[in-house]
Amino acid sequence: MKTKDYIKVSFPSLSSNEGFARSCVACFAARLDPTLDELSDIKTAVSEAVTNCIVHAYPGEIGTIHMRCRIIDDKTIEVSLRDTGVGIEDVDKAREPLFTTGDPCERAGMGFSIMESFMGKVKVRSKPGKGTTVVMRKTLDGRK
Amino acid sequence: MKISGEIKGGALFLSLSGELDHHGAKEVMASAAEIIDEHVPRNCVMDFKDVGFMDSSGIALILNVNKRLGNIGGRLRVENVARQPMKVIKASGIERIVSIKEQ
Ligand SMILES: Nc1ncnc2c1ncn2[C@@H]1O[C@H](COP(=O)(O)OP(=O)(O)O)[C@@H](O)[C@H]1O
Ligand SMILES: [Mg+2]
Repeated sequence: MKTKDYIKVSFPSLSSNEGFARSCVACFAARLDPTLDELSDIKTAVSEAVTNCIVHAYPGEIGTIHMRCRIIDDKTIEVSLRDTGVGIEDVDKAREPLFTTGDPCERAGMGFSIMESFMGKVKVRSKPGKGTTVVMRKTLDGRK
Repeated sequence: MKISGEIKGGALFLSLSGELDHHGAKEVMASAAEIIDEHVPRNCVMDFKDVGFMDSSGIALILNVNKRLGNIGGRLRVENVARQPMKVIKASGIERIVSIKEQ
């Protein structure tokens, strides 16, 4: 697997950076000539993953979010979001639809489900007290 | 993200504009609750015409507004939903709880 093309961006876990992260990935993904729907899917999934870092990984504090994007084989985009926050005790449970440890007025427990259905492939690695890495891949076949 | 309330044809219209992510939802949730509490509407419409982007934070907002209306015997409709927010709504399954109309 050759990595021809990648970006790395780190930013503080401020909610105002949610829009920045989406636009940043969309801008990078543009070189794959995605369809508008594919671009929307990627932005939606990134928004979910970044929001999780802000809300869950660093509750009541501002930590750093590390975002990496790369293009694999000219047709797949991989986005990874890493935090060094609280981590997840039970990843399988966290990935279940409607599961949330957040305030039910603000969280719907749909983040991981949306990442999965909008990207295709989602891997989650986490260690309580150490942090979480979410790696998502989407293969684009819209235009090419 | 901005929100405004207006009575039209006996219903309270909550017009949203901007990107409805966690950041945007935080900006409008309190005002949405305030406007509803002020008007105590029987029918309420959330107008999504100017919502260009939404993630699951928007789902939580819709459910929260729906619950608040339920508590006062009101009903919620979500209208003018663009393609991307519609896809998020469909993935969440809230169409079974709230009436949703596409743009
Ligand atoms: N980066 C993270 N750090 C710590 N916990 C996380 C992280 N991402 C997700 N979680 C946990 O997984 C749960 C489910 O996440 P998600 O499906 O996005 O739903 P929601 O964000 O609405 O709670 C969260 O409530 C939280 O407990
Ligand atoms: Mg989430």
